[in-house]
Amino acid sequence: MVTVSTTTRTAQDLTAQARDVLGVSRLTNHALTSWLHGIPGVDQVGCEARAASLGTRSIKTTSKAWAIDTAIGMIDLTTLEGADTVGKVRSLCAKALVPDPLDPTTPRPAAICVYGDMVATAKAALGDSGIHVAAVATAFPSGRASLPVKLADTRDAVEAGADEIDMVIDRGAFLSGDYLTVFNQIGEVKQACGGAHLKVIMETGELVTYDNVRRASYLSMLAGGDFIKTSTGKVAPAATLPVTLIMLEAVRDWRELTGVQVGVKPAGGIKTTKDAIKYLVMVSEIAGDDWMTPEWFRFGASSLLNDLLLQRQKLATGAYSGADYVTID
Amino acid sequence: MPTFEYAPAPESRAIVTIEKSYGLFVDGAFTRPKATFATINPADETVLAEVTQAGPKDVDRAVAAARRAYEGVWGKMSGAERGKYLFRIARILQERAREFAVLETLDNGKPIKETRDVDVPIAAAHFFYHAGWADKLEYAGLSASGAQLPRPHGVVGQVIPWNFPLLMLAWKIAPALATGNTVVLKPAETTPLSALLFAEVCQQADLPAGVVNIVTGDGRTGQALVEHPDVDKIAFTGSTEVGKAIARSIAGTSKKATLELGGKAANIVFDDAPLDQAVEGIVNGIFFNQGQVCCAGSRLLVQESIHDQVVAKLKRRLGTLRVGDPMDKNSDLGAINSKAQLQRITSLVEAGVAEGADRWSPECTLPAKGYWFPPTVLTGVSQTHRVATEEIFGPVLSVLTFRTPQEAVAKANNTAYGLSAGVWTEKGSRILWMADQLKAGVVWANTFNRFDPTSPFGGYKESGYGREGGRHGLEAYVTTAPATLTGATR
Repeated sequence: MVTVSTTTRTAQDLTAQARDVLGVSRLTNHALTSWLHGIPGVDQVGCEARAASLGTRSIKTTSKAWAIDTAIGMIDLTTLEGADTVGKVRSLCAKALVPDPLDPTTPRPAAICVYGDMVATAKAALGDSGIHVAAVATAFPSGRASLPVKLADTRDAVEAGADEIDMVIDRGAFLSGDYLTVFNQIGEVKQACGGAHLKVIMETGELVTYDNVRRASYLSMLAGGDFIKTSTGKVAPAATLPVTLIMLEAVRDWRELTGVQVGVKPAGGIKTTKDAIKYLVMVSEIAGDDWMTPEWFRFGASSLLNDLLLQRQKLATGAYSGADYVTID
Repeated sequence: MPTFEYAPAPESRAIVTIEKSYGLFVDGAFTRPKATFATINPADETVLAEVTQAGPKDVDRAVAAARRAYEGVWGKMSGAERGKYLFRIARILQERAREFAVLETLDNGKPIKETRDVDVPIAAAHFFYHAGWADKLEYAGLSASGAQLPRPHGVVGQVIPWNFPLLMLAWKIAPALATGNTVVLKPAETTPLSALLFAEVCQQADLPAGVVNIVTGDGRTGQALVEHPDVDKIAFTGSTEVGKAIARSIAGTSKKATLELGGKAANIVFDDAPLDQAVEGIVNGIFFNQGQVCCAGSRLLVQESIHDQVVAKLKRRLGTLRVGDPMDKNSDLGAINSKAQLQRITSLVEAGVAEGADRWSPECTLPAKGYWFPPTVLTGVSQTHRVATEEIFGPVLSVLTFRTPQEAVAKANNTAYGLSAGVWTEKGSRILWMADQLKAGVVWANTFNRFDPTSPFGGYKESGYGREGGRHGLEAYVTTAPATLTGATR
């Protein structure tokens, strides 16, 4: 096992640790390529079959109630629109604070996820509730900007009080085989985050193959990401079960290799309680229960919360109420 | 640390009605039950029903009914008309899928998720597939140019095992009916109920009387059927021992036979394999249906350089296997089908340990009642050990290593059997080379235990002869010999 310290890391530290993991004296693109391409491949058919079979688990009664509350607590309640306003963000924060006015025992989501310029608004609205503010940064969603712009974007959000930064990787660099650029950019952003948690969005819908997803996961973890995240939500397909399966295997194996635990966040397209429960089954059976908390697993979602609330009401009352019995944000 | 406990999720057994006792299904109707014996639920040892032990006279009546149906109706019917009946049966199987799944799980002990997702859907698929062939047999390339068109044999005697009761019934009955034969089928002694429910389906589909006859009973019933002089062809799936006895008993007669027997398949994992999927394939290969599968991947041949890594991954994965109530929708492993089988598994594993293998099972609590065996991995196994050569037919994996592709092939082929094999590698050329070298009827590449009605299935060596499924499977049910040489013209 390679020991990796969990204290704040400088870019030099990260590179040194990466050299340790790879067992090389100099971290070159060649070294990264050899390492990433030496990871066992993914068989597409087998991976999808495994994800589908986990999707047939039957989660009923008490375990369903537990899963619903757990899933609510893992949501990064998200609004990422050009049309976002202060009013919209405040309304979303109010929803996070009181997800279900009819039932005060309803857990709160883990975080509010907004663009950087809305961080201060969200922060003020959430106060000391403990709900985190996550900001997308680094020229989200395309990531097509120079590194100084990406770093400025990050610092801006952190200075405004963001607890978590959701960055995007340079998919162009990744797909052209320039892994070192991807590694360096993640490292630089990690530093710019200071104490904020860094989620690395790989935009798996643009990476396309499961082999790429696995390599991008390892690269993101090697570069110091605290979380690996599937998607921006702006590209289809966004999160899928097989992609999340690959990522859960990656964080599980990474902890075995380095002792460091990394979180996973599927984002985009998860809309129903049924879907959310399938993800939780996968977390439990692939990565293990160590990942079964908001500290290590998140859902990037907006409409999912209301479906979870409806199902929660149904379990409690025995009757399905309908969309007008949960509040729109 | 929060844990995700799955609450019990039992499938309801209310959907299926099990009679107290069953007669035989002969000439389109059920006979009165007599000389009955009990069929039990192996998961809790409760009696499900009493079924009739068919004697030689019963078999005689069934064969006579099949002969009448063959000569009077079925043998003359056009392929297109026969196809309609097969389509109808297929649709009824789908409509009554839950009923069949529940009944099969109760009688066999396998998990409901398997009967629901594998046994019943594939059984229906076999009828759909063969329904399509019924009116196209002339064009299936079954006869050489200038030879006679393919014709049915006549009356087919079929004896099937307990591991996939309904699915094996479908493998047998669908091609027989599609080609114009009539059938007397004997289900296994411990799992007769889904065949008896299938008899109801035949009635529901208005299948002419005598086209399908179901006779229940033990080995004596099977023997009476196999030895019956008016049976033209035998189709058997089961143990190599019984298969040999059948081959001996029909030697010198004009009876045709296909035998699908035992196996000791090698699941071969190379160092460049997609490891996480290979582990799934290993698990699916040996723990599907509690390993009670003739083509089970019971020998894991893993390249020595990745042995420790693969075994570690495998053990971690087995920690998440859920063993228990077969009716629970989350159970991955159910009960062993019978006490006799459980004893066989137990004694072979003990022999393996005595010969020096290391035995490992994940922590799991087995129910107190019923026949249960934990998923088991034997490491440090050599080719000479009994657990590497004899078919265990249970949830027991023997792990062996190899160094080169040539050694993998040699070890894989070094068995009296030759039913199936699996190859795990990302190198396409190696897959093709291995498939060419392996003496096994089915070679799966980067997957295992996949069944499809379009694909022929059958063995080399002591795994039997003949193929079932696909175009090849039709060959066993037709003759193209000059009419005077066949039994079908009587």
